[in-house]
Amino acid sequence: MINFQYLRTTTAKSAIALLVKDKNAKFLAGGTNLIDLMKRGVTAPEKLIDINHVPLKEIKQVGNKIHIGALASNTAVADHVLIKEKLPLLSWALQAGASAQLRNVATVGGNMMQRTRCGYFYDIEMPCNKRQSGTGCGAMEGFNRMHAIFGTSEQCIAVHPSDMCIALVALDAEVVLASTKGERKMLFKDFHRLAGDTPHLDNNLKADEMIIGLEIPINNLAKNYHYLKVRDRASYAFALVSVAAAFEIADNKIIDVRLAMGGVAHKPWRLTASELFLRGKEASLNNFEQAAQLAMKDAKGFGGNDFKLKLAPNTIIEALNLAKSKA
Amino acid sequence: MKSSDQKPNQGDSRRDFLKKSSVITAVALTPGAAIKAAENNADERFAELFEKIPLKLTVNNKAYQTTVEPRVTLLDYLREELHLTGTKKGCDHGQCGACTVHVDGQRINACLSLAVMNEGKKITTIEGLANGDTLHPMQAAFIKHDGFQCGYCTPGQIMSAVACVREGHTNSRAEISEYMSGNICRCGAYPNIVDAIIEVKEGGQTV
Repeated sequence: MINFQYLRTTTAKSAIALLVKDKNAKFLAGGTNLIDLMKRGVTAPEKLIDINHVPLKEIKQVGNKIHIGALASNTAVADHVLIKEKLPLLSWALQAGASAQLRNVATVGGNMMQRTRCGYFYDIEMPCNKRQSGTGCGAMEGFNRMHAIFGTSEQCIAVHPSDMCIALVALDAEVVLASTKGERKMLFKDFHRLAGDTPHLDNNLKADEMIIGLEIPINNLAKNYHYLKVRDRASYAFALVSVAAAFEIADNKIIDVRLAMGGVAHKPWRLTASELFLRGKEASLNNFEQAAQLAMKDAKGFGGNDFKLKLAPNTIIEALNLAKSKA
Repeated sequence: MKSSDQKPNQGDSRRDFLKKSSVITAVALTPGAAIKAAENNADERFAELFEKIPLKLTVNNKAYQTTVEPRVTLLDYLREELHLTGTKKGCDHGQCGACTVHVDGQRINACLSLAVMNEGKKITTIEGLANGDTLHPMQAAFIKHDGFQCGYCTPGQIMSAVACVREGHTNSRAEISEYMSGNICRCGAYPNIVDAIIEVKEGGQTV
């Protein structure tokens, strides 16, 4: 690992002040992704600002929202009584990700900042527009079994790797960001980006901003929900396809529904058209199948990942079935 | 396995070395920031990049006070500086769990934590588990149930298994498998590892 300067700070204000001073500085939270990327030479920040001592770990209810500090660990969030009771979909998604050891260290903010697991991005000998602009995309005609089928660009077909973020986009979360100019809120669905012509950018966080936390509205989706993750082994692997599904049902009629998919796009992929179709309808297999077909409009395979064109709708249907039968 | 973070001789401090040597020689070995700093004649900043950071932590109930380069991982610090080689370097990328240790009671992958991030923390490694010559119940159970073959993953498996029991994630074989999934065993001793964990859990001893 190329050496770097290490700074430690205890307030968000001083962390931001240190960040804006040096454009080659990065925040260090859990480090479970960043340190790995630094070991492989994918990234080489000149300065790391350790923010682990900034007091942003609280999980609490404020009015009809749950607030989660950006530095709460994945374990702390998944195991928290408020999250288990009011936002169980988030708890499930978190537990489907990584291993117990990683979840103990990885933070909410860090999880949002995770880079893709595309093999071409990780291997510095390979071309990758995300790692180094203009070098090309190795995956486009290479090994692309893990890659995107929605919202791809000519430059990048990598997928967003998080499970947590798939639940958060389904739950209408908001992100609280801070800079020297003060705080602002952003809808979680607007946090991550599609690759487009700027595959080096994963999200819309500005260079002088820090993630402070999340605000998630309490909903009526805590009874019928499921996070279904399909992967190459039963645990501790990234998703081939994952689906976060949650309903509010009364007399088998769908009042509210949330659907989002992971492993299929450069950002957490909310299935808005399918939700719109299902709302007000009967929670039946036939309707689930139609919703799944709607979700697959504009899907495109790249050879190695063609199987996802069939796996994705099947996973949607199965996740909806499991969410429905939960009660 | 490689120990790229391993440090050279401990004689001259690196700072002295850098001050004595010509900037040009050092440039070839240094990060972009150092090259920039050197161009600007910012000698102090140049030296700062190699500055060791003070570090205080407790490992297996013994207090240590030292200085360490920021890039040294907790795993390399334990193995190369403290010579606690029970904690193994498997993949060095958080994928195998061989480096599992407890930090303030929580299991983590030591390969993905910088030593300096652990200022003031209490670390327990496999060497800190036994009570003198008396094995920890989990160590004894691994031997009884043949929970290993080559043994390379075993320290990590045992540290993870102890945490798994303490966390209460031992209610079924499936739950144990799920919560032990961060520890890979290439010899495939998994069923026996689960047996060992169940025995310790059912034994009801304090782990």
